[in-house]
Amino acid sequence: MAEMTDQEKQLVEWLADMNEDDAFALAKKMLLEEGANPLRVLELCRNAMDIVGKRFEKGEYFLPELVLAGEMLENIGAIAKPLIKQAPGEEPRKLAKVLIGTVHGDLHDIGKNIVTFMLDINGFEVKDIGIDVPVKTFVDEISQFQPDVVGLSGFLTLAFDSMKETVEAIQDAGLRDKLKIMIGGGQVDETVRNYTGADAFGTNAMDAVSLCKNWMGVAA
Amino acid sequence: MTTQQNDIQMLAAKAAYDARWQRIMDCVNLKQPDRMPVSMFATFWLAKYGGITNRQLMYDYAKVEEIGERAVLEFEPDSHSPLVLQCALGRSLETIGFKQLQWPGHGVSDTQPYQYLDREYMKADEYDDFLFDPTGFYLSKYLPRVAGAFEGLDELPYLPGLHYLRLLSGIIPFINPRIRESMEKVIKAAEEVKRLNDHQVEFIARMKMLGFPTAFGTTSIAPYDLIADYFRGATGMMKDLYRNKDKLLQLLDKAVVFILRQTLAAAKQWNHPIVFIPIHWAPDAFMSQKQFETFWWPTFRKLMIGLIDGGLIPMPLWEADCTKRLEVIRDIPAGKCIYWFERTDMVRAFEVLGDVVALRGNISPSLLTTGKPEEVDAAVRHLAENVFHKGGKLILDAAFGLPDETPVENVRAMFAAARKYAS
Repeated sequence: MAEMTDQEKQLVEWLADMNEDDAFALAKKMLLEEGANPLRVLELCRNAMDIVGKRFEKGEYFLPELVLAGEMLENIGAIAKPLIKQAPGEEPRKLAKVLIGTVHGDLHDIGKNIVTFMLDINGFEVKDIGIDVPVKTFVDEISQFQPDVVGLSGFLTLAFDSMKETVEAIQDAGLRDKLKIMIGGGQVDETVRNYTGADAFGTNAMDAVSLCKNWMGVAA
Repeated sequence: MTTQQNDIQMLAAKAAYDARWQRIMDCVNLKQPDRMPVSMFATFWLAKYGGITNRQLMYDYAKVEEIGERAVLEFEPDSHSPLVLQCALGRSLETIGFKQLQWPGHGVSDTQPYQYLDREYMKADEYDDFLFDPTGFYLSKYLPRVAGAFEGLDELPYLPGLHYLRLLSGIIPFINPRIRESMEKVIKAAEEVKRLNDHQVEFIARMKMLGFPTAFGTTSIAPYDLIADYFRGATGMMKDLYRNKDKLLQLLDKAVVFILRQTLAAAKQWNHPIVFIPIHWAPDAFMSQKQFETFWWPTFRKLMIGLIDGGLIPMPLWEADCTKRLEVIRDIPAGKCIYWFERTDMVRAFEVLGDVVALRGNISPSLLTTGKPEEVDAAVRHLAENVFHKGGKLILDAAFGLPDETPVENVRAMFAAARKYAS
């Protein structure tokens, strides 16, 4: 991105340091009083989220910071997005498409939502199809959205069979070779990955980002 | 059977009961038991074992007792969880109009387990209300939000301030039909819960007669987990660590007091010293060590010390991986607790905590549900050789009890291996 002014650096720093009140007040002032380019402000937010992601990866940040970062991004986005006048073409190109959902029988969504957020701020186009997703819905959504990666989420042990059924259905629909499948959730491990036929498993949001980046040949 | 045969059988069952209980208590007291105890904790696995649906398990008291007894007699655990209370909740949940769970017939299918609905049951701006008057907050706000039977109570008069002759006019709202209806519903629900408890009491007595102790009487909760899970919701709580830090800390301090009072009373009612405490928010991945030591651990430690001072034995189940927390959670009087671990490496837990607490766990759910009996056997052997035979006071169990889908042959393998490798 273009070199940052001191004010812009301040915004990035406050966002990355979880200084929510100051960051929000500054972003609001820049957007509503000083006429800053909303796309530039969103770019600064992404820059800050990059730092948040790296701190998460290093074990300095944990789930509370990811959740608060998501909230800050959403709040600033709510002011910035209506101000965007330029053509949508200025949006940075996405690295790849990821379809994600919690498998059928399981209603848990906290982990899935955090993975969705982390993939999004890391440059992926993510489609979240919700919880308790039937096998057929996964197959239909894959056919339409044509993702590069499918993420199957599940917290309960019943999810092992649901994940296995979903992977098999993707295979039966002739879609398996065109995508990678990752599974995630509190109970997954290599034994479950092997059982379900997924390509990889992860136990936290950074695992998901690293897997997707590796598969897409992007430096993690 | 003659009276004499009956007496002999009763004496044998009592001896077996005492030996099993001694095994557990030896572990708690950090003494070497005669062999590694193995415990049974089951919920919906019983439906699979008994060949019925989860819905039947939740609604049929007699069936749960029958299947539970069959399982206990087949596997002969050194302790069993309160199987009836954990399973046959359907009627009680229905009568009270419980809103925080979806269970078979109420939001999920007959073959699914019940699942918790993570929501904001208390808003971020309600900390002051809760802090000022927890009972008032429960009556007029919290209970109506979580259970339909309480809905009319949101019109209760504000009780503090009713004194002398103001007491008279102050009680007029009690004739409100919504409040009256609510009270009737709560009484009806209480009668159903009493029936459930009576079945549990009968089951405990019957198991005792057959020689099998219960693993714990009542449950409790870490103050942080109480507020995160049942009030603010997962994401609300995480934001509060930044946005409402001081009020959250005040509320956690207050929660210790009422959780402790409530747990001491419940333990007395069940007449059992062991208190099961499922732990949700302590894992390494959930918060930083600093956050853990600021928000999570201090009030939980206070609670455990209060329980210990009350003559009880806390048994927290540390869910997920808590390896980074081991040094911190070591700070507890020796020989007073059972630490049950889910994904934390048990050998590592033994190295750090072996001289302080008994351990429980932790055959992995993925292995139990998808593995072969010989793999389960090997996993038990690993724990027997590397924890129990090295002096660890280990009560063998699955990582968080038997996963619902576990094939019966894998449960057989787990119990057989416990006896084979650690007698």
